[in-house]
Amino acid sequence: MTEHAQNTQEAAHPSTGTYLAIAGVLTVITLVEVGVFYVPAFQSVLAPVLLLLSGTKFALVVMFYMHLKTDHRLFTAIFTLPLLIAIAVIVALLFLFGAFSLDAAVTP
Amino acid sequence: MTHAAAHHTSTGLDNRKMAFWLFIGSECLLFGTLIATYLVYEGRSVAGPTTHEILNIPLTSISTFVLLMSSLAMVLALAAVARADTAWSRVWLATTALLGIVFLGFQAYEFTHFVHEGLTLQVNLFGSTFFVLTGFHGGHVFVGVLWLLTLLIRSFQGKLGPDKALNVELAGLYWHFVDVVWIVIFTVVYLIQR
Repeated sequence: MTEHAQNTQEAAHPSTGTYLAIAGVLTVITLVEVGVFYVPAFQSVLAPVLLLLSGTKFALVVMFYMHLKTDHRLFTAIFTLPLLIAIAVIVALLFLFGAFSLDAAVTP
Repeated sequence: MTHAAAHHTSTGLDNRKMAFWLFIGSECLLFGTLIATYLVYEGRSVAGPTTHEILNIPLTSISTFVLLMSSLAMVLALAAVARADTAWSRVWLATTALLGIVFLGFQAYEFTHFVHEGLTLQVNLFGSTFFVLTGFHGGHVFVGVLWLLTLLIRSFQGKLGPDKALNVELAGLYWHFVDVVWIVIFTVVYLIQR
């Protein structure tokens, strides 16, 4: 098979069963997110736990529903690079405006 | 999946799909800046209402679930179009659009409630950044619903066969992107309140 033929061939999309399983996992993670929000014991680690759960949901949708897991890697690169830049912008601005410092409390 | 009218580039990849992924990449930057702006100004409002006082987590959890399920309906619609199952492709496209409309209904209710509670675009930094961020997202959902309804009309005209599956796939990419943006917004805006 030539490189062109390899590139043009359509990657097999996941089965209906996989789609349903992913939907089930997404639902469970959402329930866990909301549950964690209301449990006082998790308040000290709320942000990292929620970001981890949210990141997992994000990755599942992108990999399986947007087919990046099976599609050409160039699509992954085209999506990932701006995504990383966006994350870097968010983190940089939070540092720049002192959101991570201890005295970033509510301004009266 | 067959793409009778596919336009391949030198990479062997369809140029419409390539261009659409580039568009989604640019959308990452758009929403990245909106989310960054929200986070930078969060907790810096000099007057209320604030996040703790006004956000309704149970209601938004339901609307989040609705949007997640719309993504499931979208992939099922694409699968149905690809296997030339006209009836089910219409069912799933209509379901996706309907769930999108339900999500917009939740957002309209939330916005209306917030305005009645005194939170407007001008009242404080939270209002400005919240309405701009979620409003932009809602605008994207609205465009997605229009796109889905257009595909549904094309299907009833008999112009949405397996050879047009890429058209549905591109609409699906857009819809799923709107979904993942909401996944981030739900966590960052609603659940992580500082």
